[in-house]
Amino acid sequence: MTDTALQSAAPAAAKVETPFQRFRAEFFESRIAATAFVILIIIILLAVLAPWITPQNPYDLAQVDVLDGRLPPGSEAFAGYTMWLGSDGAGRDLYSAILYGLRISISVGLASGVIALVIGMTVGLIAAYAGGRTEAIIMRVVDLQLSFPASLVALMLVAALGKGVDKIILALVVAQWAYYARTVRATALVERGKEYVEAAQCLGLSRSRVVFRHILPNCLAPLIVVGTVQTAHAVSLEATLSFLGVGLPQTEPSLGVLIANGFEYMLSGRYWISVFPGIALLLTVASINLVGDQLRDVLNPRLKK
Amino acid sequence: MSPVLEVSGLKTHFFTHAGVVKAVDGVDFAVNKGEVMGLVGESGSGKSITGFSILGLIDPPGRIVEGEIRFNGENIANANEETLKSIRGNRISMIFQDPMMTLNPVLRIDSQMMEAILAHEKVPKRQAWERCRDALGLVGIPSPEERLHAYPHQLSGGMRQRVSIAIAFLNKPDLIIADEPTTALDVTIQAQIIHEAQKLTSQTGTAMIWITHDLAVVAGLADRISVMYAGRIVEQGRTDDVIDHPLHPYTVGLLGSVPTANKRGERLFQIEGMTPNMLSLPEGCAFSPRCGFATPACQVPPSVEHVADRELRCYHPQSQVAAE
Repeated sequence: MTDTALQSAAPAAAKVETPFQRFRAEFFESRIAATAFVILIIIILLAVLAPWITPQNPYDLAQVDVLDGRLPPGSEAFAGYTMWLGSDGAGRDLYSAILYGLRISISVGLASGVIALVIGMTVGLIAAYAGGRTEAIIMRVVDLQLSFPASLVALMLVAALGKGVDKIILALVVAQWAYYARTVRATALVERGKEYVEAAQCLGLSRSRVVFRHILPNCLAPLIVVGTVQTAHAVSLEATLSFLGVGLPQTEPSLGVLIANGFEYMLSGRYWISVFPGIALLLTVASINLVGDQLRDVLNPRLKK
Repeated sequence: MSPVLEVSGLKTHFFTHAGVVKAVDGVDFAVNKGEVMGLVGESGSGKSITGFSILGLIDPPGRIVEGEIRFNGENIANANEETLKSIRGNRISMIFQDPMMTLNPVLRIDSQMMEAILAHEKVPKRQAWERCRDALGLVGIPSPEERLHAYPHQLSGGMRQRVSIAIAFLNKPDLIIADEPTTALDVTIQAQIIHEAQKLTSQTGTAMIWITHDLAVVAGLADRISVMYAGRIVEQGRTDDVIDHPLHPYTVGLLGSVPTANKRGERLFQIEGMTPNMLSLPEGCAFSPRCGFATPACQVPPSVEHVADRELRCYHPQSQVAAE
């Protein structure tokens, strides 16, 4: 008896690899994903460190000089620094503006992503566990919500609520919570039928404990994947709204606002005003998506080799 | 001595779109303190549903429509959720079939075990942890402190079932319902698990209902055997009596189909026919279409007959046949 027990214990003890180490190794197996991850980290670092590594604060009107407007990349600004990426119509240094814009775009994307995740997750779990009429009502609301394009819902809300960071976050949350709710409900329904849930009920645990401590952690894998993809989606949705002029105000330009600002100069050859913020947006969204894709591959047991 | 659990006239039906499934249809039995009762039957005979009915864990469309479940004298059939919650895992606990499935894969063993204690008692975490460690030691797990830090996937099947048994015994329950706890394990581990369970029940005086389809398992373990067929107990009695002198033709058939009873190369005995469709049970005795001794009398459902200290639902007791 002791022998079999020891034998079975041996491989577990010999393998010092923690689940996280295995996860990390599998994640970095793909070069594309590794590159995307590095780019994402750089982008986040640049955004976080923006105030310390940019020559100009584009939100401080005292530092913005209209005489510097529309200078091509590499020109020298009136204040003496070089504008490596040129300047926009208002005389903002594009390099500084892009980094500050990234700050806004990423924080709006993350904030709305996290809030939508928490709301969607709770609602989805309740639907899956409660079943019956509660589930039917919740899921019909989700269906109704999902039958509208997310951009349309956000557009209508922002048009009604007005401009501002808080309002756009609210609009993005409303547009996206349903995706999380549907994902969580689908996973939770599968998990709910598993025996460990029955076993937990047999222990006399309370409902909330069974739902949040036993079912929820088992639903996290798909949730993380949807979370990253939806965050990328939120970033681009915010850019879309700002581009259309209903998102963030001109005085606090996000990437979408910057692209919109340069749009009118495109045909006159001043490409840099739109293109550089566009590249920044593209890199951000693409790297988040690639990281999300790889997460899905690693976290999905069905795709395991 | 009054029994720990007394089930009488229990009927659990499922109201499906296709019709009413009488999964459990009039079951009576009693389990005394420290006694092991083997509940034997084929898949779909209602033995697991009987277990879940006792714990009040029947999900809609099923419900207990009739009968009493007296646990320590109190009727807990259709009791409110609060009462049942305080009983589950505390006074009555359960061991499941597949140890790979019953432990939550993302929680460590210690958190799952401590939860079982903390759900019912207010004790310091340290004390709960020590009780978990001692419980693991009791079921024969070496270096329990290390195992407590492990995740379920780091343990073998036999180890996990030991953990489940340890969890079941944690709160020193009065009754344990073991639902085919050894079916998913290989034979040597099976013997060890049965041994552990037997040891613990005799040490703690816990009563046990051991649900299985394997007569060989309960033959060496149970004090009493109840044989279930199509939602009813067809034969019930002391293990030795039932195994040595089965009275019901179905029990005779089950015993005959245990491989060891046959010679090498000889065709195994087989009960003719299929388990009946629970939606349309045969008139009268549910076993009659498969029974070699059926007579027109079997069209009327047989009532429970008491023969010595045994109970039987049959018009044609097989004592002579089995004695040959």
